[in-house]
Amino acid sequence: MASFKLNQAHSNCADCPIHDKLSLKRLGVDAENSDYVVALAGNPNTGKSTIFNALTGLKQHTGNWTGKTVARTEGSFFFHDKKYKILDLPGTYSLISSSLEEEIARNFILFGKPDVTVIVVDATRLERNLNLAIQILEISGRVVICLNLIDEAEKKGIGIDTKILSRELGVPVVATAAREQRGIYDLLSTIEKVARSQDIPRARQLYRIPSGIEKQIETLEKNMRCISRNVQCRVAGITYPRR
Amino acid sequence: MSNAAWLASRILDDDQQIITALKNGEIGISSSGEESELTSETKSNIEDILETARHLKTHLPQNYHDKLVEHAFSESAQITEKASSRIGNSRRFNLDLTLDRIFLSPVFGYPIMFLLFAFMFWLTISGANVPSAFLFDILVDKGHFWLKSGGEMLHFPWWLSGLLFDGMYLATAWVVSVMLPPMAIFFPLFTLLEDFGYLPRVAFNMDNLFKKAGAHGKQVMTMMMGFGCNAAGVVATRIIDSPRERLIAIITNNFAICNGRWPTQILLATIFIGALVPAHIAGFVSAMAVVGIALFGVFLTFVVSWSLSKTVLKGEPSIFSLELPPYRAPKFWQTIYTSIFDRTLFVLWRAVVFAMPAGAIIWLIANVNIGGSPIAIYMINGLDPIAWFMGLNGIILVAYIVAIPANEIVVPTILMLIVLVGGSSMHGDSAGVMFEVESMSSLESLLRGSGWTLLTALNLMLFSLIHNPCSTTIFTIFKETKNLKWTLLATFLPIVLGTAITVTIALLWRL
Repeated sequence: MASFKLNQAHSNCADCPIHDKLSLKRLGVDAENSDYVVALAGNPNTGKSTIFNALTGLKQHTGNWTGKTVARTEGSFFFHDKKYKILDLPGTYSLISSSLEEEIARNFILFGKPDVTVIVVDATRLERNLNLAIQILEISGRVVICLNLIDEAEKKGIGIDTKILSRELGVPVVATAAREQRGIYDLLSTIEKVARSQDIPRARQLYRIPSGIEKQIETLEKNMRCISRNVQCRVAGITYPRR
Repeated sequence: MSNAAWLASRILDDDQQIITALKNGEIGISSSGEESELTSETKSNIEDILETARHLKTHLPQNYHDKLVEHAFSESAQITEKASSRIGNSRRFNLDLTLDRIFLSPVFGYPIMFLLFAFMFWLTISGANVPSAFLFDILVDKGHFWLKSGGEMLHFPWWLSGLLFDGMYLATAWVVSVMLPPMAIFFPLFTLLEDFGYLPRVAFNMDNLFKKAGAHGKQVMTMMMGFGCNAAGVVATRIIDSPRERLIAIITNNFAICNGRWPTQILLATIFIGALVPAHIAGFVSAMAVVGIALFGVFLTFVVSWSLSKTVLKGEPSIFSLELPPYRAPKFWQTIYTSIFDRTLFVLWRAVVFAMPAGAIIWLIANVNIGGSPIAIYMINGLDPIAWFMGLNGIILVAYIVAIPANEIVVPTILMLIVLVGGSSMHGDSAGVMFEVESMSSLESLLRGSGWTLLTALNLMLFSLIHNPCSTTIFTIFKETKNLKWTLLATFLPIVLGTAITVTIALLWRL
C-alpha cells in the first residue's frame, strides 16, 4: 500500500473549501521546532495508527494488539504553514486503572499539555470507546473526537449523528474512514481550529459525581477552591487556608 | 485549577502520581499562576488538603473505585443512546450477542466452562496415551538399548555408559515421551479456544471469584495455562497489568497441576483409590479422585491469593477493562503450527535442558558408594523420620529432591530407588536404572511390598500438588519478577503449606 495518495485523499471532498492540495505536507519523524503538539489517544484497535500514518506519511506498524507498543511514537506534518508534532499514545480502554500504558497516556495528556488531543473512537463500538473519551475530557478540553471506522459502522447498519455527539460532548466530532483516507482533511482543519483558538473549548463536564461518594469529593473540592480563591472558609470543621 | 472535582476524586483514589504532581506544583491548586514557585503557604495548604483526604478516605465506601468506573460507563451508554440509530432492518441476528448470552449466562456459564475444560483434560489424558507409549517404546526401550550396545561396541567404561545412557539419556527420554504428547494436544486445544474468543469470556465469568480473593480476573487464564505447564503459566501472567496482582498470579500458579504431575496423580489414584471400590466403577472413581485433587488446587489458589492480598501483597483488586472480542472461527492449521512451535517445543526444550543434569545426578547418587553403600541410601535413611511425620517415606522425599528439575521424573525416580534399596531380585540387574514397570499389578505389588498404604498414596497425591515448583518454573519466576525475594516465596510457600497439610492428615489418620 502506498504510504499516501493525495489524489485519493481529496477525491472525497473535491469541492470543500478546505480542499487544498498543498496544505498538507507529511514530514515523517522530523519533529523539531513544531508550532503545535497533537496527542493521539484511543482504545486499541480503533485505527489509531492508521490515522497517525495518514497524517505523517509514516508506516508505523498497524494492527498491533494491546500492549505491543508501550512507548509513544512521534511524527510530524505541515498544515497551512504550521508545523504539528503528533504523538501516538498507547491504546487504552480507560485512564483510571493502573497499567503502564494508561499511565503513559494519561501523564502525557495531563503533564505534556498537548495543544490538541485527538481521541480516535471506533464508530462500531461507540459506547465502550466513549468511556475513555469521557475520562480524557475531564483532564483536557482541547479535544477533537475522530469518529473512525465510519464505513464499517454504515455497513453494520449503525448510524451516528456527529452533531448530537458533538453537542453532548462539547467538543468537535469528525467522522473518518482512515483506511480509505475519508475525512482526513476534515480532521486536519478541525485540529487546526482547536490548536489556533485561544480559549479552551468547553467540554461538557460529564463526570457528575456518582452517588454514595459525592460527599467526600465535594468536601475535598470545596477545600481546594477555598485555597485557590484565597478566602477563609470552614469545611468539615477546619478553617482554610490555614496559617 | 482546571477541574477540582476530578482532582479531588484522584486524590481520594490515592493516585500517587497526581499527589506527587500536586506537591511539586505540576498541577496547579493556587489561582496565582500555575508555573510560579510554590510558596511555603501553598505547600502547607496542599498538606492540609492531603490530610483532609486521608480523613475522608476512611468514610469512603469499599467499592469507591468501581463506582467511578461504572459511572463513566453509564454516561457513555446514555450518550451513545442519544447519538446513534439503526439504519435499515433494525433487528438482525447477532451471533456474538447470542453466543455471549449463553457463555456468560449466570445459569449456563459455569457448567459450560466446567464441561468444556473437563472435556479438554479428558482428551489430553486419554489422547496422550497412545503416542506416549509409542515414544516410550522408541526412545526408552529401543533407543536406550541401542545406545547401550553402541557403548559396548566402542568399549565405553561402565561408569561412562551408565552416566550418559542410564542417567542423562533415560531421564531426558522419559521427560520427552511423557511430556510431549499431552502438551502437543493441550496447547493447540487451548490456543484454539483462545482464537475462537472463548478465553476472555472465562475471565469474565471467573472475575468475581478472583476479585473476592483480591486477585485479578485474568489470573484464571494464567491458571489454565498452568494446567499445561507452570512455566508457561508464569510467562502468561504478563497479561496482568498490575504488578501486585501479577505477583499473586505468579506465586499461586504452582497450584495448577501441570502436565508433569498428572501422570503421578493418575497412577496413584488408579492403584490405591480405584482399588477401594468395585472394579466396574474403579475407573470413574479414580478419575474423580484426580479431578478432586485438581479442584483442591483451584481452591488453594483462591485461599492463597486471598491470604497474600491480605498480607504481603496488600491492596484492592484493580479494575480492568476486558475486551470481549468478536467470536471468530480459528485458523486451524495456523493455530496448530504456532502453538506447537511457540508453546509446546519451547516448554519441552526447557524441560529437556533441566532433565539431562538431573538424570546424571540420579545415576550418581545411586551408583557412587561411600562406605559400602550408595549415597542415595544415606539420603533415604536421613529423610525417613521427617517423611514418616508427613505420611510418606524417605524414598519419596529423595525423589522429590532429585526431581526438582522436572516433576515427570518423580515416579521413575521413586521406582528406581525402591529397587535399589530393596536390592530387589525380582527386577534383575536394573538397579540404578530408571525403568518402566510393564503392568499396573506388578507396580502395585512393588509399591505395597515396600510398605505403601492408602495414606502414602493420598499424601503423595497431595504433596505432588503442593510442593515447590520445578526448577524450570523457579527460573522462569526469577526471570519474570527479577526479584529474589518473590522467587524464594514462590518456592518455599508451597513446601511449607504441603508439609503442614500432609502432616495434619497423617496425624489424623493415625489417631
